[in-house]
Amino acid sequence: MVNAAYSLALLPVVGFIVNIFFGSKLKLKGALFSIACIAGSFLCACLLLRHVIAGNSIEQSATWFTCGKYSFSAGLVIDQLTAIMLIVVTLVSLLVQIYSIGYLHGEKNSTRFFAFISLFTFSMLGLVLADNLILVYVFWELVGLCSYLLISYWYNKPSAALAGKKAFITNRIGDAGFFLGIATLFYYLGTANFREIAEKLHHGGFDPHIITIAGILLFCGAIGKSAQFPLHVWLPDAMEGPTPASALIHAATMVAAGVYLTVRSYSVFSAGNFSLQFVSYIGIITSLLAASIALVQNDIKKILAYSTISQLGLMMVALGVGGYTAGVFHLMTHAFFKALLFLCAGAVIHNTGVQDIRQMGGLFGKMKITASTCFIACLAIAGVPPFSGFWSKDEILLAAFNHNKVLYGLSSLVAFMTAFYMFRLYILTFTGKPRDPHLHPHESPKVMTWPLIILASLSAVSGLIGSPLTNHWFSHFIYFHPEHHIEVNYLVMYSSIAVGLLGIAMAWLFYKACPNIPKALAENYKPIYNLLLNKYYIDEIYDTVIVRPFLALTRFSFSFDSKIIDGSVNGTATVTIWISTIKAWIDKYIVDGLVNLTASMVGAIGIVLRRLQSGFIQNYILLIFTSVIIIVLLKLI
Amino acid sequence: MIPLHHYLILSALLFCIGLYGVFTRRSAIGILLSLEIMLNAANINFVAFSKFVTPDNPIGQIFVIFTIGVSAAAAVVGLAIIVAIYRNYKTIFVDEINIMKW
Amino acid sequence: MFGLPLLSLIIFLPVLGILILFFIPKAQTSTIRGVSVATTLVTFLLSLLILAHFNTAQPGFQLEEKLSWIPQVNINYHVGVDGLSYSMIFLTALLCFLACFASFSIKDRIKEYFIFYLMLEVGMIGTFLALDLFLFYVFWEITLVPMYFLIGIWGGSRKEYAAIKFFLYTLAGSVFMLLGILALYFNSAPHTFSIVELIAQNSLFPRLFQNIIFAALFFGFAIKVPVFPFHTWLPDAHVEAPTPASVLLAGVLLKMGGYGFFRISYPILPEAAKFFAPAIALLALIGIVYGAFVAMAQTDFKKMVAYSSVSHMGFVMLGLASLNPIGFSGAYLQMFNHGIITGAMFLLVGVLYDRAHTRDLNAFGGLREVVPVFSGMLIFFSLASLGLPGLSGFVSEFLSLLGGFKAFRLFTIISVTGIIVTAGYILFMIQRILLGPLNPKWKSLAEINTREILTLVPLLILTLALGVYPKLILDILNPGLNLILKAIGVAN
Repeated sequence: MVNAAYSLALLPVVGFIVNIFFGSKLKLKGALFSIACIAGSFLCACLLLRHVIAGNSIEQSATWFTCGKYSFSAGLVIDQLTAIMLIVVTLVSLLVQIYSIGYLHGEKNSTRFFAFISLFTFSMLGLVLADNLILVYVFWELVGLCSYLLISYWYNKPSAALAGKKAFITNRIGDAGFFLGIATLFYYLGTANFREIAEKLHHGGFDPHIITIAGILLFCGAIGKSAQFPLHVWLPDAMEGPTPASALIHAATMVAAGVYLTVRSYSVFSAGNFSLQFVSYIGIITSLLAASIALVQNDIKKILAYSTISQLGLMMVALGVGGYTAGVFHLMTHAFFKALLFLCAGAVIHNTGVQDIRQMGGLFGKMKITASTCFIACLAIAGVPPFSGFWSKDEILLAAFNHNKVLYGLSSLVAFMTAFYMFRLYILTFTGKPRDPHLHPHESPKVMTWPLIILASLSAVSGLIGSPLTNHWFSHFIYFHPEHHIEVNYLVMYSSIAVGLLGIAMAWLFYKACPNIPKALAENYKPIYNLLLNKYYIDEIYDTVIVRPFLALTRFSFSFDSKIIDGSVNGTATVTIWISTIKAWIDKYIVDGLVNLTASMVGAIGIVLRRLQSGFIQNYILLIFTSVIIIVLLKLI
Repeated sequence: MIPLHHYLILSALLFCIGLYGVFTRRSAIGILLSLEIMLNAANINFVAFSKFVTPDNPIGQIFVIFTIGVSAAAAVVGLAIIVAIYRNYKTIFVDEINIMKW
Repeated sequence: MFGLPLLSLIIFLPVLGILILFFIPKAQTSTIRGVSVATTLVTFLLSLLILAHFNTAQPGFQLEEKLSWIPQVNINYHVGVDGLSYSMIFLTALLCFLACFASFSIKDRIKEYFIFYLMLEVGMIGTFLALDLFLFYVFWEITLVPMYFLIGIWGGSRKEYAAIKFFLYTLAGSVFMLLGILALYFNSAPHTFSIVELIAQNSLFPRLFQNIIFAALFFGFAIKVPVFPFHTWLPDAHVEAPTPASVLLAGVLLKMGGYGFFRISYPILPEAAKFFAPAIALLALIGIVYGAFVAMAQTDFKKMVAYSSVSHMGFVMLGLASLNPIGFSGAYLQMFNHGIITGAMFLLVGVLYDRAHTRDLNAFGGLREVVPVFSGMLIFFSLASLGLPGLSGFVSEFLSLLGGFKAFRLFTIISVTGIIVTAGYILFMIQRILLGPLNPKWKSLAEINTREILTLVPLLILTLALGVYPKLILDILNPGLNLILKAIGVAN
């Protein structure tokens, strides 16, 4: 079984290597190879799920490296949570890849896309399998990298390049907090292993304040990755990437990693005294904010992006109010129906070439399969029974209801808005008459519709595993407290249905029955409309408050460096040169003056004496001879 | 037997002739020849003194042969230098070869 | 093996190369290149041979050689290798070998170039192997001269300024270092220059003395590292130096400073190390954040990489200051990784500059379309530089920060912002060079050639291998680092 886990994780790596190095030659074969690898992974995931359902779990760990007495290990753990995540990741990845063959048909170098998707799948699987926080951090950043690469897949588009960069840096901000959280836990508890952390915390005796801080720091990572307020700004921009990538990464799996992390380290959050509340507050703020923005957006992918943010916020609310199971359950169902929505949107964009829902309309007749699968997804996300979203959302609302009535009310409001904007999208896109005569849509090829159909059936039925019909099988499968009880609150259930239906009805009223209402509302409440349309101006605020001052600061640092620090170095040099100049003058006119005086005296004498040098040999001989005579005479005398 | 001072007078005369030649000749060859005359004057002195001072030991005469050999070598070198100078300056008049002058 | 003096061989083998070069006529450029490549290759192979004879688990020095040099003042030719020095000579030999290929783009005065190049290698390897402070100083200074000429003769437009600045700045530092070394000599009993003996008697030095000497040595090493605010020679030297010199400057010469801290300052002056730790941590923090900020503002590609070095070497200082095994491992690993990654970055800058003749980041755009292989390489090493997990830079930065967090909580929290800004300037650089619409000026830009790819591939493999499995090198480093920690008196 461990082998299955290893092959599960490593098969996508093979796909990545083959596609990145040989992709330009293999072309379609590379893509097929990559799909085969993911399919293998999916089979392994199924095997592992069966193994886990049978009541087993796998845990394996080895020393990664050591520093003195500190040892860092790398290992994998496969329990119920992991098994579910593995299925979700491999299945969605598989379907998205198959879909992408159609979507990227005719695209130059599309194997690059498959390479990145494979790398992403590997990283995401690693993240899910990892048994300690440090390893999670490793894969955490790797999925961020893949997200960056896929967002800027069409690198020639400046907006795509910018969006990729923004996503990476925003995530890095969260990761910085994540790192500090790991460091705090590592030193305070002496381990980063999830099981050991849980055991140590279970024994108690720790300062809840430190654990709270550690929890909030860990949650910073989740805020970044799951696009929670205030770091949610990257996700709408990330829609610059190819739509299948958005479906896989920015809807179904990677953005859910923050939720997964919170679930994985739930022991830390529940041991702190404020961290869970923090999680729920962030969750509900994000959820409301994103849902309200989604009400008025016109870009089909932007609506879905804000919807994703909002749904992730709901999952956080669930976790924050103690709905451990509900959070995971919604993560799973959301992965299916949101991936489906994105793929439907991708099919629409692919076949019409536009992204603005105001230009679409009446597509149902041309794209029957896409439209009907999309309808199922909308029903699921709006929370209409028996579709999957209903069951999971109901559990979240129930958990909120039991915990805090205000949160329950706000969550219901989010559910209402969700139903409204999703059906606004559906009605404007698929029903009515075509608004743009230039569009000639047609149904997608089979390679694209089949994944839609599979996902649609999953969106329809996957919720049943957590419903009373199966006696809440899911809650027995994944839970935090073994002694938790399962109850059915019909009040919550009926009101949840009512809220969903109300949203749908309102959308129908606004966009089908009386299409003038939205316009009138927008006219009458212009400031609010503009506020929502411009996403609360958060991007603009960040730009003015953070980005611009930061860039100014970097420029200031540079001029400080070149003027002050380097200036002082050069100043030292200049002063030295001045001193040298003075010294050179002294040297030239005083010290050297004495030397030159001596020399010139010698020269003067030489001028006189050189007259003796006539150059005539005879003169010299005469001189010698005379001298000899004189010497001899002197001797004689 | 010819007394010693005759030899000395002869050698003194030869020496003076040579000296005069050295002082007055313009031609370097002339100077060289004059030098040889002076050397020979010295040689005569050697032989004479050897004969009259140490008649049993001919060391002075042997020395003369040695001197003749050396002077021949010197003459060769001198002539070679003169030839070299001639090649460069097209003259062997010492008053025209005054590049050694300051 | 056969009792060969392996260490002396590896130090002086490049000298043999220099001697051969003396006898080759200037015009035979291919022979000159061949001899240089052969010399550096054999040196590299020797470094592998040393590994084969090196017991990585055993702490302390191995393969020691000791000859009396100037017995009157107890100066010895004493060399030895341990994990710390081994990793550095491996790095040196590898980078020298690879940068030798990059030197093929040097076109004038080739013979002199390679003579200086090999001389530089002698100095660098010698510095890392010397166990006698006097010998250490000699080798340390030997590196200055060839580097001065490499920058001053084969450099860019402001080469004279950069070369003189580099030379004088580092020389000023080493004067202080020399004073410190002499003070250590005169205060040891018996007088000795031996690093091993000085470490053994480190408890005898009074506290004030230690602090003063530490400060003196600090100038020498800190300028080399470079630690903020002594870093301004670095951008100038890097920008003006020819590509191979930049590679060696960033890859090896900077490491000499860090190595000096590990080998000399910390174990010999433990009290001072503890005393100055907060100050060093503060400088490290400023270096990390400030270096990243300044790098963000650059428009010159090479200058950006140079400032990123300031930021990255800050992690070394942070790990050093933390005085715990995690921080030490991180710091030392960071030195090694920075050598590989930044070396590769400079090679890539060189590749681009050779073709485009500009380094202005704003002049490019969309190059990914015309030079996909180059782009892949650049992205790979950029990601390694920004500390992406799975690549070697991550492990060392992570450990440095983790170690730093234990010792200096607040400083580390601020330092972490450095990794955010690092991501910012690296991605900004990628965006400006590779992404966006293609600047039509570069439509026919030549792709990276096979020689250049082969130069980068070993670095690529090392980066990946050490990122995935850092145990490879940490196991070599750990015994040495533990000894130092023991000498400092920090409970392991």
